[in-house]
Amino acid sequence: MAATRVLVGTRKGAFILASDERRRDWSVTGPLFAGWEIYHVKGSPLDPERIYASQSGGWFGQVIQRSDDGGLTWQAVDNDFRYDGVAGEHQWYDGSMRPWSFTRVWHLEPSLHDRDTVYAGVEDAALFKSTDAGASWSELSGLRQHDTGPQWQPGAGGLCLHTVLEHPSDPARLYVAISAAGVFRTSDGGLTWQPINKGLRSGELPDADREVGHCVHRIDLHPAAPDVLYMQKHWDVMRSDDAGDSWHEVSGNLPSDFGFPIAVHAHEPRTVYVVPIRSDETHYPPEGRLRVYRSRSGGDAWEALTEGLPQEHCYVNVLRDAMAVDHHESCGIYVGTTGGQVYCSPDSGDSWTAIVRDLPAVLSVEVQTLP
Amino acid sequence: MSASTVRVVLPGHLRALARVSGEVALEVDGPITQRTVLDGLEARYPALRGTIRDRADARRRPFVRFFACELDLSHEPPDDPLPEAVARGQEPFIVLGAMAGG
Repeated sequence: MAATRVLVGTRKGAFILASDERRRDWSVTGPLFAGWEIYHVKGSPLDPERIYASQSGGWFGQVIQRSDDGGLTWQAVDNDFRYDGVAGEHQWYDGSMRPWSFTRVWHLEPSLHDRDTVYAGVEDAALFKSTDAGASWSELSGLRQHDTGPQWQPGAGGLCLHTVLEHPSDPARLYVAISAAGVFRTSDGGLTWQPINKGLRSGELPDADREVGHCVHRIDLHPAAPDVLYMQKHWDVMRSDDAGDSWHEVSGNLPSDFGFPIAVHAHEPRTVYVVPIRSDETHYPPEGRLRVYRSRSGGDAWEALTEGLPQEHCYVNVLRDAMAVDHHESCGIYVGTTGGQVYCSPDSGDSWTAIVRDLPAVLSVEVQTLP
Repeated sequence: MSASTVRVVLPGHLRALARVSGEVALEVDGPITQRTVLDGLEARYPALRGTIRDRADARRRPFVRFFACELDLSHEPPDDPLPEAVARGQEPFIVLGAMAGG
């Protein structure tokens, strides 16, 4: 029987949750890297025993860990995220200019195309690439040096590059998302980048249609339809049907279109999941009810998924990297909360159970489907 | 100049990262300064690179402090000699995280 391995990053360490394909009984390993903030843990799609973890903290900075045995043992690899050339300046919250400064790695994306390639999205926003499994990093600086770079401004969590998506068949095409700059696309492996934010409207900007400045929280795609992109923006759930050239809103009947994560079903390219949050002022679910919403039509029409999720007195948040889908025949959906719960639905969202309830605040959830 | 054995005390997070328990005894060639001690420490434990000093400019990270002989040496120039008792191995060079976060 196939196996399931859930990789959880929290404010105080990492955890590995393991089960079989039934996803009823779970073992819990951790905390790994106890006491450190683990922004992201993700395994290679080409070699699931290879897993990377971003370990950071205010005292001792950034460490990158790599495991080559499925998380049993780890080794620290290179942590030199030095900007290429003169770092330059970007806008601060108040509109003044501030030098680009590295804080942490938010997101690690092991490549779909090469076992030893992994991307790192960092704060202050930049994209780094390693082609030797983390032994060394170099910046793809054409992104940060884009003409619009000085206009980029941090979101509430910082000026972070938090999403890296690879095109499933074209290794030269990548999408990245930055809070609060927007989405950028490269078609030449990261040498040059194009902002692709047409159709986004953000009330936080004096010019709501500006080319950059949009607080994109997460984007996702399905490999069978790679030109269709889904986005959870600060406010608004959006879809692009032309590889990001234009976007239109698909928030439809959601109780709130504010939220952080968005994920696409493993086998159904038009089935999408979001977790509505009441507002940017509260950061908790509407009416204190944690509901994952599913659309089977690429957005616009949404249904609430509630069975097994707390439907009263629930004031947790689900952060942008804290939702994942597995690839079992019956697709599993996973959600981690700032209250330390990790919920699993083994039936595409119809019903949910908590795998764990009392972890530190969950920052990220990834899942591996193992043979 | 002959090598000296310097005792270094690391905070728990860095002991875990370096996979050591207790003090580290470090052979250091030449003058005993913050820089030579930390260079030696990072050479022996590469996982500590960037955790005490910035990778780009080798400046002490803001929330890291250096104590020895009941003195706070955090703001001393990195190439100044450390106290003789540290150079002789009588007193440890202490790396610690600043009190922060309650």
